[in-house]
Amino acid sequence: MSTSLVYAAYIVAAILFILALAGLSRHESAKHGNLFGIAGMAIALVATIILAINGVYRSGLDEAAKKAGEWGLGLLVLAMVIGAAIGIWRARVVEMTGMPELIAMMHSFVGLAAVLVGYNSYLEVHGNPVYEDLMHRAGLTGIHNGEVFLGVFIGAVTFTGSIVAFLKLSARMSSKPLMLPARHWLNLLAVVVSFGLLIAFILSPQLWILAAMTAIALAFGWHLVASIGGGDMPVVVSMLNSYSGWAAAASGFMLNNDLLIVTGALVGSSGAYLSYIMCRAMNRSFVSVIAGGFGSDGAVTSGDTDYGEHREISAVETAELLTDASSVIITPGYGMATAQAQHAVADLTRKLRDKGVEVRFGIHPVAGRLPGHMNVLLAEAKVPYDIVLEMDEINEDFPSTDVVLVIGANDTVNPAAIDEPGSPIAGMPVLHVWEAKSVVVFKRSMNAGYAGVQNPLFFKENSAMLFGDARDRVEDIIKAL
Amino acid sequence: MRIGVPAETHPGETRVSATPATVAKLLGLGYDVLVESGAGRAANHSDAAFEAAGASIGARAHVWASDIVFGINSPTTEEIAMLRPGAIVICLLAPALKPDLVAALTERGVTAMAMDAVPRISRAQALDVLSSMANIAGYRAVLEAAHEFGSFFTGQVTAAGKVPPAKVFISGAGVAGLAAIGTAGSLGAMVRATDVRPEVAEQVESMGAEFVKPNVASQEVSSDGYAKEVGADYAAAAALMYAEQCAQVDIVVTTALIPGRPAPRLITKEMVAAMKPGSVIVDMAAGSGGNVEGSVADQLVVTDNGVKIIGYTDLAGRLPAQASQLFGTNLVNLMTLLTPGKDGQPVLDFDDVIVRGMTVCKDGTTMWPPPPVQVSAAPAAAAAGAAAAAAAAVAAKPEKVVNPNRKFWVIGIVAAAFLLLSTILPGAFLPHFTVFVLAVVIGYYVIGNVHHALHTPLMSVTNAISGIIVVGALLQVPSDNPAIKWVAFVAILLASINVFGGFTVTQRMLNMFRKA
Repeated sequence: MSTSLVYAAYIVAAILFILALAGLSRHESAKHGNLFGIAGMAIALVATIILAINGVYRSGLDEAAKKAGEWGLGLLVLAMVIGAAIGIWRARVVEMTGMPELIAMMHSFVGLAAVLVGYNSYLEVHGNPVYEDLMHRAGLTGIHNGEVFLGVFIGAVTFTGSIVAFLKLSARMSSKPLMLPARHWLNLLAVVVSFGLLIAFILSPQLWILAAMTAIALAFGWHLVASIGGGDMPVVVSMLNSYSGWAAAASGFMLNNDLLIVTGALVGSSGAYLSYIMCRAMNRSFVSVIAGGFGSDGAVTSGDTDYGEHREISAVETAELLTDASSVIITPGYGMATAQAQHAVADLTRKLRDKGVEVRFGIHPVAGRLPGHMNVLLAEAKVPYDIVLEMDEINEDFPSTDVVLVIGANDTVNPAAIDEPGSPIAGMPVLHVWEAKSVVVFKRSMNAGYAGVQNPLFFKENSAMLFGDARDRVEDIIKAL
Repeated sequence: MRIGVPAETHPGETRVSATPATVAKLLGLGYDVLVESGAGRAANHSDAAFEAAGASIGARAHVWASDIVFGINSPTTEEIAMLRPGAIVICLLAPALKPDLVAALTERGVTAMAMDAVPRISRAQALDVLSSMANIAGYRAVLEAAHEFGSFFTGQVTAAGKVPPAKVFISGAGVAGLAAIGTAGSLGAMVRATDVRPEVAEQVESMGAEFVKPNVASQEVSSDGYAKEVGADYAAAAALMYAEQCAQVDIVVTTALIPGRPAPRLITKEMVAAMKPGSVIVDMAAGSGGNVEGSVADQLVVTDNGVKIIGYTDLAGRLPAQASQLFGTNLVNLMTLLTPGKDGQPVLDFDDVIVRGMTVCKDGTTMWPPPPVQVSAAPAAAAAGAAAAAAAAVAAKPEKVVNPNRKFWVIGIVAAAFLLLSTILPGAFLPHFTVFVLAVVIGYYVIGNVHHALHTPLMSVTNAISGIIVVGALLQVPSDNPAIKWVAFVAILLASINVFGGFTVTQRMLNMFRKA
């Protein structure tokens, strides 16, 4: 197989990756999109493996090198088989509520792989005097060193950042933001020192400089995500998705591989776009999310306002309300995922639809811990996707709705975002649930949500609280129906 | 507290400030309601109907001595004398035009709230009587015109010949104008309309009428939601347009009013003279000077060339039941705003721009005029200053005013920096960089189309394809350096988890999505 054929295969693979992402624009074409992605990956892998085999059996290689090469090919197969087995196993058993953790974990793998490939690329060039001399004469040493450095830096930040995100999402670590004194200065220091090391490394590529930077980058990534609170995780996960892409792109520059560059750029811009959507959905700038959680900057906290009394409602009364309704909207939040209530909610939806009640879902872009998380949970529970609508699609329909069930959502349905200019969440787009005839809020207690802001919705005349575990309460309603 | 609903004494007034339906709502807010005997007669509401709704019926002096007194028209000197000091009187006051009235009310020590001074912000629409009355008046104006017009509005083809549809021209597309457009359109006429505010063209067109405008470059953008007086160039071009329209149409309805000022003269004697005999003009501004030369308030004038000019000022009152119902509902909405506790105790919160804007005097102090409230239906970009003020007034976060030139500067500086940088980069780098930049652009547009519901599968599929980093490790693993070999082994293993796991979990999720 000639080199040009391999490059042609890479171009085909890159196109297939673009088609894979394009396919996800609609439900109907989404599965084809995934198949395009698989095909692209298969073509790229086969072409690369053939290239590697050709390298081992090229003429003029001594026996020892050939032996090492064959041995390497064996390792290659072994690594891929083990990796595939682990990957497929995890993908099959993962709970849909555990998707954020899985995704965060996978980001960390890309990050670590980028670090390892970067070190290898450094060793390949500088561990081989002939090659080093060749690069030097072509005037490429400086740029290559820069690329290695950047690739390792981004990879290391992605790696530890994703690990922390994983620990926070799986509740192995407190989801509260870590508040070190002068934390912004620490971040800035890490970046400035790393930049200094970059210059030093380009001028004199010593292994210790690379190692020192790696240590700084690992700590930087850890601290960056540790200081962000749990409710900001949709932004963090998309941001890490973006970083993992940039890490792959940096490796592509380092290895002179356009396929890696294209793929990395696609993934990087994808993550960046998702972060942008998530930030817009919270009416916050990217920088302020990265710099720390809501209210953590010591700004306004308006907890003193007296909103009056809230009203309680029982599951039986809620069932009566639902029976009399002709249109119902359910707005789920992260609480539905933690209570594992999606199957009960789906049952309730089926029952009501059988009775001729129009049931729809309104999803806020930042509901859950992952962009699109609620959609996946509802899909898992077999709720048809055409009744699951996005905030902008459903917001105008609330005034003509009889009952809204708010399940485990709080800040995303808070009227203070619109009515109270002094509120920390002022200006955040929210679901206008209070415009419906009546609202039932499923909640464990009267505690404030992630943003630490009281929710005037609970005290509105047309809303009532249904306290307790969301799943138990929904099952109670089903029984009463 | 007690709300008094007096009978209106203004000559020709048919409306009443409460109906049995609104009385029930006022009682729900915790108030008692006392209605003057016979107050609702002209609007077909008997004393018995008011009593059935829960109101008491009382004598005139008793009604005027209530804690809160409603009304349609502003009180006369004799009525002001009957008010109790400290009482709240709520009605149309025209405070800008009647300084004497404001002084008299102030002197009496009452709190006066002008229903015609409600700020034009969206939250206040529910209590804006000018809008609700203008709506009725616009409807009635067209019906009056139809009554006087000697032909059909709608075009017909009959056995006796073809009848062309009437052409109607409406000047001013405020609430009254839009109501007139809708009414004339539903009678089958061809409707054209104009307004000094270009931003209403869309509303006019949405009502099925054609928007005509003077042939000048710039038009006024309103900053307070009301029309303003215009400049000389504009006036000349507008006069030309009016002359053209008058010569062509059968019916003209003018609705141009500027708050606190005489109505602008839009149609001159010459324009009227150029109209076809039998044409009808309704001058809805006849009460404040008139838009049409020769119109007389409250009268129907027929010109020498047979054009009828209607100057009725009581158009809303000609639908007394409807007008009373809407006026009364506006008052109920105001009382709801003033009574947060629903305990029959009004609370005047002067931090609320609505309450502040309406209050003319309180406790012997004149509060008129209120600080200006800025709001406009025009796009924010048209006038950055007005937009920022409007945003502040409706208590939204002020938007950042972005200098449009800034974008070009940023692009220019980035491009220059890149050109400089490229001189020190080796040539072999740039082709890769080209590929990178193009891929970012493609990625941005492709991802922008991804459906919101598929964001999680998107993340897992990008996870899978970012495992492409395995390609680098695949080429490193045959190395004869054991360190490189083993590091590459680990890298391949990790990246393979991503590749296989990512695609598998994506497929699993996509299989779950199903249609109803």
